[in-house]
Amino acid sequence: MVEVWSWSEIWQGFLWPLLVMAFWSVLLLVVLLVVIAFLLLMDRKVWAAVQMRRGPNVVGPFGLLQSFADLLKFVLKEPLIPAGSDKGVFLLAPVVASVLALAAWAVIPVNEDGWGRWVISNLNVGILYLFAISSLGVYGVIMGGWASNSKYAFLGSLRSAAQMVSYEVSIGFVIITVLLCVGSLNMTDIVNAQKTGIGTRYGLPASALDWYWLALLPMFIVFFISALAETNRPPFDLPEAESELVAGFMVEYSSTPYLLFMLGEYVAITTMCALTTIMFLGGWLPPLSVAPLTWVPGIFWFVGKVVLVFFMFAMVKAFVPRYRYDQLMRLGWKVFLPLSLIMVVAVAGVLHVFDLAP
Amino acid sequence: MNLLLMEYLPLVVFMGVALVIGLALMVAPFLVAVRNPDPEKVSAYECGFNAFDDARMKFDVRFYLVSILFIIFDLEVAFLFPWAVTFKEVGAFGFWSMMVFLGVLTIGFIYEWRKGALEWD
Repeated sequence: MVEVWSWSEIWQGFLWPLLVMAFWSVLLLVVLLVVIAFLLLMDRKVWAAVQMRRGPNVVGPFGLLQSFADLLKFVLKEPLIPAGSDKGVFLLAPVVASVLALAAWAVIPVNEDGWGRWVISNLNVGILYLFAISSLGVYGVIMGGWASNSKYAFLGSLRSAAQMVSYEVSIGFVIITVLLCVGSLNMTDIVNAQKTGIGTRYGLPASALDWYWLALLPMFIVFFISALAETNRPPFDLPEAESELVAGFMVEYSSTPYLLFMLGEYVAITTMCALTTIMFLGGWLPPLSVAPLTWVPGIFWFVGKVVLVFFMFAMVKAFVPRYRYDQLMRLGWKVFLPLSLIMVVAVAGVLHVFDLAP
Repeated sequence: MNLLLMEYLPLVVFMGVALVIGLALMVAPFLVAVRNPDPEKVSAYECGFNAFDDARMKFDVRFYLVSILFIIFDLEVAFLFPWAVTFKEVGAFGFWSMMVFLGVLTIGFIYEWRKGALEWD
């Protein structure tokens, strides 16, 4: 039997929800990109401050509009496509890199759902989705490096791929330890599980002591360092090491294709900051549940914590020298992997023996 | 719309919007910027030299080894996900069977370490 749909049914049941989804998506993406523009400026300013420089300070007051000027400059630059490249793949790679990086934000909750909508899709397998999407990020790099048909790009993409997959494993184990403590893959549940913890167990009010950074401190550190390596951030920026590979897999790119790679990289960094915030720093929860702090809307706490983690990323970039490639692989496979494996067993054992599992 | 669609359709819409932004940025310079390529400009970058030989050259087999090891351990993580979520329900039996599984993998890991698969020098 063929069901007959009237226009009003199609509008109410399908088109209107679709429009609402598109509205929220555009809103989140625009806000995210503007925030990232300022985070990029902050990155450069922090770097400059550590080196006793001023940093960008010409465009707008204190150089606040620098990133927007950069965007304009990138758009007006000549896009070059190397003669020997696979043109289709060459142009597809930056789009893949940036879209996959942006796609991760669809499941990140920036506040408790309550007054309005704060997450695009509150998936019950949110963190699994995030893990999958961040694994796919390596494709953009490989495609770009391979399609460029240049030696630097090729070597850079090989290094980058090996580095990203190596640290992916320890990030996976870290996520497992958090999941053991939470018992849910939903990102909102992960934050809400941190309302109780070590502090409340000893009768203190809900505070920063309950968050998992304290309970899972070694994992917090492993995750932070792995996140640096996963996003090709200094001191693990070997794929684009200026002194050896010029710019690694991006060496043949110019104009907005290059911009899209950089955008993807910074979006991935912000995603990692948000993930750190959600898993270890209590998301939108205030650091102490007392009156004036609980009145502040959760979104401010969330953004504040993300900026704090980003500040740590920027500081690491500014004062840690670059790793050698063999040291990087040694750290990933011989230190972090066994350590995180042991921690998974230890956390599971403690939860099992003391019957603390949720 | 049913619940499954309400949860997963926003993902598709979100990726679609992200794709539109990406493509718009991608196309923009081809429309507005000056394009004036010459043979030197579009040749592969090799510090000012002409390219010596093909860039699709042989590479170190250890990169390949790393990706194989990655598959093993990432699959292990994938097995751990459902176990971690249902940790309380699976109880002592689930706990100990996963410990045996991890033990077997650890033996493999020690073997590959001793064999020198993780050496980079």
